Parts: sequence; C-alpha cells; structure tokens
Amino acid sequence: MTKQKLVMVGNGMAGCRTLEELLKLEPDLYEITVFGAEPHPNYNRILLSPVLAGEMTLPDIVLNDHDWYRDNGISLHTGKKVTRIDRKGQKVFAEDGTEAEYDRLLLATGSSPFILPVPGKDLPGVIAYRDIADTEAMIATAKTHTHAVVIGAGLLGLEAANGLRLRGMDVTVVHLADWIMERQLDKAAADLLKQSLEAKGLKFLLGKQTDELVAGESGRVAAIRFKDGEVIPADLVVMAVGIRPNTTLAESAGIHSVRGIVVNDTLQTYDPKIYAVGECAAHRGTAYGLVAPLFEQAKVCANHLAQFGIGRYTGSVTSTKLKVTGIDVFSAGNFTGDAKTEEIVLSDPSGGIYKKLVIQGETLVGAVLYGDTADGAWYFQLLKDRQNIGEIRDHLMFGSAHAGSIGDVGHAGQTKAATMADSAEVCGCNGVCKGTIVKAIKEKGLFTIDEVRKHTKASSSCGSCTGLVEQILASTVGGAYQPVQSKDKPVCGCTEHSHGEVRAAIREQHLLTIPDVMRAMDWSTPNGCASCRPALNYYLISTWPHEAQDDPQSRFINERAHANIQKDGTFSVVPRMWGGLTTPKELRAIADVAEKYDVPTVKMTGGARIDLLGIKKTDLPKVWADLGQAGMVSGHAYGKSIRTVKSCVGSEHCRFGTQLAMSMGVKLEKMLFGMWSPHKVKLAVSGCPRNCAEAGIKDVGVIGIDSGYEIYVAGNGGIKTEVAQFLCKVTSDEEVLEYASAFLQLYREEGFYLERTCHYIARVGLDHVKAIVLDKPVERQALYERLLFALQNYEDPWNAAVQKPAMRREFEILEV
Amino acid sequence: MSDWKKLCPLDEIPRLGSRVVASAGGDIAIFRTADDEVFALHDKCPHKGGPLSQGIVTGTMVTCPLHGWKIQLGDGEAVTPDVGCARSFSVKRVDDDVWIAL
Repeated sequence: MTKQKLVMVGNGMAGCRTLEELLKLEPDLYEITVFGAEPHPNYNRILLSPVLAGEMTLPDIVLNDHDWYRDNGISLHTGKKVTRIDRKGQKVFAEDGTEAEYDRLLLATGSSPFILPVPGKDLPGVIAYRDIADTEAMIATAKTHTHAVVIGAGLLGLEAANGLRLRGMDVTVVHLADWIMERQLDKAAADLLKQSLEAKGLKFLLGKQTDELVAGESGRVAAIRFKDGEVIPADLVVMAVGIRPNTTLAESAGIHSVRGIVVNDTLQTYDPKIYAVGECAAHRGTAYGLVAPLFEQAKVCANHLAQFGIGRYTGSVTSTKLKVTGIDVFSAGNFTGDAKTEEIVLSDPSGGIYKKLVIQGETLVGAVLYGDTADGAWYFQLLKDRQNIGEIRDHLMFGSAHAGSIGDVGHAGQTKAATMADSAEVCGCNGVCKGTIVKAIKEKGLFTIDEVRKHTKASSSCGSCTGLVEQILASTVGGAYQPVQSKDKPVCGCTEHSHGEVRAAIREQHLLTIPDVMRAMDWSTPNGCASCRPALNYYLISTWPHEAQDDPQSRFINERAHANIQKDGTFSVVPRMWGGLTTPKELRAIADVAEKYDVPTVKMTGGARIDLLGIKKTDLPKVWADLGQAGMVSGHAYGKSIRTVKSCVGSEHCRFGTQLAMSMGVKLEKMLFGMWSPHKVKLAVSGCPRNCAEAGIKDVGVIGIDSGYEIYVAGNGGIKTEVAQFLCKVTSDEEVLEYASAFLQLYREEGFYLERTCHYIARVGLDHVKAIVLDKPVERQALYERLLFALQNYEDPWNAAVQKPAMRREFEILEV
Repeated sequence: MSDWKKLCPLDEIPRLGSRVVASAGGDIAIFRTADDEVFALHDKCPHKGGPLSQGIVTGTMVTCPLHGWKIQLGDGEAVTPDVGCARSFSVKRVDDDVWIAL
C-alpha cells in the first residue's frame, strides 16, 4: 500500500510538535515532506532571548536536529519558501521551483513581526526580533555600535532590550502606551518592573510615537525622531511592536483568513484537506503568540491527521513570564478585571512585591505577580482547572505553601524555587539539585513535568517536590509552560484516557479483565506498563468484586509476594495484630521465627506492629506457616490496602478514657481485613480527646467522647502532613463501623489509583462526601453493604500460599 | 562453549511473569511474555542491583521493582534516559520445556 503524502509548510515549533505527536500515534501513515524558509532545523524560538543575553548558545536551542528528520523518514527542505498552493492539483511550489504533492497539507507558517510604516523603516540597522538571523544581527551590532533603541515594551521588546544591554549597548525602550507590557500587566506591576529594569541600566521613553528613522552619513540608521520633535541617537533599531499571522500563502490560494488562517476545533481550514496550527492560525477569532497553546493545538491536530478523529481544541488560557534573569513577573488570564470580578491585592513597593488575584464568583480568573512569582504555576493551575476556591479564599493570596500543593519534607522546607541556589537540592529522593533541572530543561528542550521527570528523575519518586519542579519549569520556559489539567491527566503514556474515564468505562461496560479494558479504551501498548497495570487491576477488582479475576502479574511485587521488598532483594514480614493487641503466644511465635530464620532486624513499624526484616523470599511460606500455627495472618504492611488500626488503651484501662478504644480498634480492623484501596489506608481510635493514638493524621480517625465518637477523615502523616477533617459525630459502635465504611467505600469507588484519602478529598471536596455519607442514609447503607460484600470470604493470603502448591511456585527457585 | 540445560516446563513460568534460577554465577531471571517468548537476564538491575525477576513484565521489558528502571528483556539494556546493561543468557523452547545456555 502506498503511503499518503503529508506536506508541512513552516518548520517551527508548532508544526514540528504536530509531527512529533503524529509520529507517536501513527508513525507509518504518511510520507512526510517539510518546507522551512529559515536555513535551520526546528529550534526553540522562546530561548532566543537567553541566546541574545549570552546565557545560551545557538546549538543549545535546536529542538529537532537533522538526524531527527532523517530517522523519521522526513524529507526536509530548509531555506525554501513555499510561494504557491495548487489546491485542485494538491501540490505546493517553492520559490526555487521545488514542488511536492500532498494528500494532507499542514500550514504552520507562523507570524511576522509588524514593522511600523514610518520613513526609514528599510534602512540598514533597522530590524525585527523574530529569528536566529535577527539575533545574530543584534549580537554583531552590539560589538561595533553604541546606541540601541527598542520600539515596543512588550515581552519580546523588553527581552531584546535586556539582551542588548547585557551585550554592552546603551539601550532606550520606546513605547506608545503609558506603561510597559500593558497587555500583560496592570500599571502597578508595570511601574515596579520599569524601576527594576532602569536599575539594570535600561532607559524608557513612554507615551512616545515614532515619526521617522533618520539615516546617518554611512546610509545606516543613526537617529530616531518622535512626533513631539525629540531626537535621540540610534545605531540599531529593533521593532518589537507586535506580530502578524503569516497568511499570504493561504490567502493567495483562496483559503479563508481573518487575522489568521481560520480553523475549526479540529484545526482544519475551510479546505478539508488543509490544516493549520500555530501562530498563523485563527481559532475562534484568536491567533495565539505563545508556545503553550500551540502545543495544545498540535496534539489535537495530530490526532485528526492520524485519523483517530477524537479531541477538540477549545482555546487556551495563557500565562506569560518575562525571561529576564533576576526579575520575576507573571501574569495569566483576565488580570485587569471587569464589573463582574473582585480583586485581592497585596502591595509592598519597598519590598518590591506586588500581587493581584482576580476572582469571579468562586473561581480565580486572573493573576498578576511581581517580585515573587513562586506561586504562578499554582495559580495558573487553579485558573485552568476552574477549581472552586471558596474554601481557600481567605489564604489564597499566601500561595500554595498555605494551601497544600507541596510536600513538607525532603527539600529543606523550601517552597519557593526562585529563592533557591542552583546547588540546592530540590528532589531529596533522587538527589537532584536546581541547577541540574534548569540545565536539562534548557538543553533538552523540555516543556512538561513528565519530560523533566524522565530526564532528571526529579520528583519521580515520592513526588513531594513536584510543586517545586513545576515552579522551576514554569520560570525556565516562561510562556511555554502548561500545567496538566489535573483532572484529565492520562493514566500513563499507554493511553489518552484519564483515571476517571477508565473507571467509568469499567463500570458502564462491565469490563472484567485487563485485556478487555485495554481493547475497549484503545491502549497503545500490548500489555500496558508498570504504572497502568496495577491501576487497572485495582479498578477491576474494586468495581466487580468476586467477579473480576485478580491478576497477580499486574501487582507490584509486594502485593504479589505478600511482603515488602527491601533494597537487597530480601523481604520484611509484618504479622497482623488486631487493633495493636497481641498475646504472649503470638510474641513467642514471632521470637521463634526470628531465631529460626536468622532474621537480622526486628523493629516496630510506624503503624505500631512488629516488623521482621531481611527474610529470603524462599523462606516466606515457611515463616508464614510458623506464624499461622500461632493464629497470625498477613498484616498487609505491603499493600495499597488496609494497613493498621492504631488504638490507645481506652476506657478498658485508662483513667481518662471515655470509650473502649481497643475493642473499637479491633472491630474496625477485623471488619476491614483484606480491603484493597487506591492507596494505603490507616486508621486510629483514641478513647478520649487527648488523642494518644494520633487519630488526627489518619485516613479515618475515631475519637471517643463521653456521648459517643467523633469521626475525622482524610488525615495524612506522610509527604504532606494533613490534619484530618471532621466528618460527623455518632453515638454507637455500630454507627462508627457504618460511617467509616461508607466513607472508605466511596473512596474505593471514586478514588484514583495512588491517590491517598487527603488527595481524594482535595479533588472532590469534603462537601461531596458529606452530601452522600451524611445526608443520604440509603446511600450510606448501600456503600456499607457494598464494602462488606467485597470483603466477604477474604482468605488470608499467607495461609493460601502455604496451602496451595500453585501459589507456592512464586516463592520457589529453579535449580540447574 | 555454552552448555544447554533443561529448566522447567513453560507453564511453570507465569505469563507476563518470571522465575528465578540459581546458578554458580548468581541468580538468573527467566521471563515469559504475553506471546510466550522466553528471555533470561542476570537477576541484578544495572542501577542498584535490584532483583529484576520481581519486576512487572510489559511487552518485552521489565520494570525493576526498586526504582523503576526499565530493562529490555532481549539485550538487558536499560531504556533511556537510564544507562546500563544486565547480562543476558540464551534460552530456547523445546516442545513445552524451557532450556538455558550457561
């Protein structure tokens, strides 16, 4: 079968990203030809400013080198400008006569700088700031000339001015409006920014209209004259007054264009064979000039080019960040506000800090940050997710550290990446410091948190520092940063579907096996990966208990071997002690096992159980058999499952106790035995509000009071210390079991894999849980019954492994 | 000179799973893919020595249980960006039995 032909005109970031996404989906569908007017392969245009500033070099910013085109079988024509499209004959023609036929044409022609129509605009020394050639011209001029004038104080103009200043030129920025970056900043923030740029040596002329560029004796530009008659010297004039979508080619072929090539939500133009992405495309009336939206377009466009036909592009909320070293400005969304919005403002001019949050109803719709932009990424995420901020409104201004997106430990309490030194450790698990992350982002052209994880390992283990890494990414790539929409995040690289979609499909289509799910949801890998398989296995057995078959090969080794793997490949064994109670007989059996199998370490776990560490895998069934003789079963210290119910001594012995905490603890732990869950689940029962069992940091905490019990949920003592939230007060033991079960079953049914209860509650809101568990007794009862049904006839896995030869094979070694 | 030795019937290795073989040169992990292909690697991750036999098998790859390195079953090479290699051994199937060359 002959391949279809795909021709791409324009070899920039949007187009190449579309090809990359396409090749991921359908590597063999098309024979691809690319035309680029510039003589270079695709490079990272947003990093031209660091190149100009002397912080990076040109080879550093190439995104797709020539090898990439060759390896993917793409014919690349650089330095060839396409001048004509023959839509009837489905062909494009370049200036030099090169032609190419297409079945599908992708226009990614980008934009051109707008050049002010003033006399002298064509003089030598007058340039725009758009590509490598402009950047090289500026670097060369800075070596030989003194006076530079930048017209336009937008993002690009200021970055150009800063770069030229760093290269030793005397730089004046001329701007028509009354304050700089008026499209990104309000006046208060802009004034602060102007002061800091002036401190760096830049001069500003605001409210000035250019009248003429005046030539000197050499014929090169020498001065600039304004409408008010003032004249200043200028050996170099950089026009940075805006961009215009390049639509000439499309328009000459009769493709409908209005301030950009008009595309629909699938990035298709009025000619169904022709698509357009990037700065040249006008989607719902907007042509975007920042990278992040272009990447979103690329993903959707690739999906349609691959003939998958799913996904729509519905527009982007954008954020901007000025890439001038030492200055932090961030803005996103509707930062000016209007009649329907309210503002929260923090202004500290001497401290050099200004923050404005624009709120509409109960959502954040815009933000401007100056001086301290550490929370920019977090605000942007809230804004994009349209998350309800009603509950956190009173401390929203104080940022994510006060609202809980960064873990507490592992990065020396740092919550603001901007203030960290390059040598400071960001990821305490993998020992990655800030400088390493910044270097990888720049040199490898990374744009997403997943790419950073893959290349540096930062935040890829416990995830506590994810917020910090996101901040570093956001400040390094500036406007190209795009937080994932947390709710729609795909399960893993094997699928486009989110956890929520997968859960819904399993329930609605009554899917019972992992291969069924992968078929129904178009998995791109034959048997998934180590991330999605355990998730799918959990979703199946929690949705269809006693019906879906548990798949041991899709469980992490700990859950397959019913013990915790240690760094040397040995395992640890934790026998269950209901409610934390034990007997001399059990302790004797544990001591005997420890001696018999030369257990090197015996210690108490965090959940107050006894841990036998350093047991060989082959010994596990024997150890379990011995412990089983004394009546002990698996403690599940290894599972995404019920772990322990910690208890204080309660009114059984304690002179302050109001309730029988130990017996309540035993009842809860016996009821929940064998419960698999999205992540581990820990409970505690205290007999009085002194709370010796530390119920305030448990997934479910029960506190005895004279008139009954208080139930708290979604506490966490780990990565991010979270105090459990009050759910309700009940009067009887039976009610404790029912309410705790209903909450846990709701979490089991709605939680995403590896989401602790605190993350689940942060996502769905405690009000959602209350509305079901507290306000709807029938549903509460049904949840309770579903949990009890799922746990029916659960067999102790240790005993099963001891009794069944087929299960024992897992623990046996072959000899040769 | 490699010396072929009979290991076990294929169905004693779980699909998308593995078994461990004790050998003089250290443990060897025998893997079986979804398509019943069989591979053998030195049971030590090139990263920090984790037992690859205990990892999750997907396609023709295994993910080390300790720190999540992905190792290709065919040649033992780590998947980029990680760099390292676990020694591989020849294995073959004769009828329903699995053989290894040591």
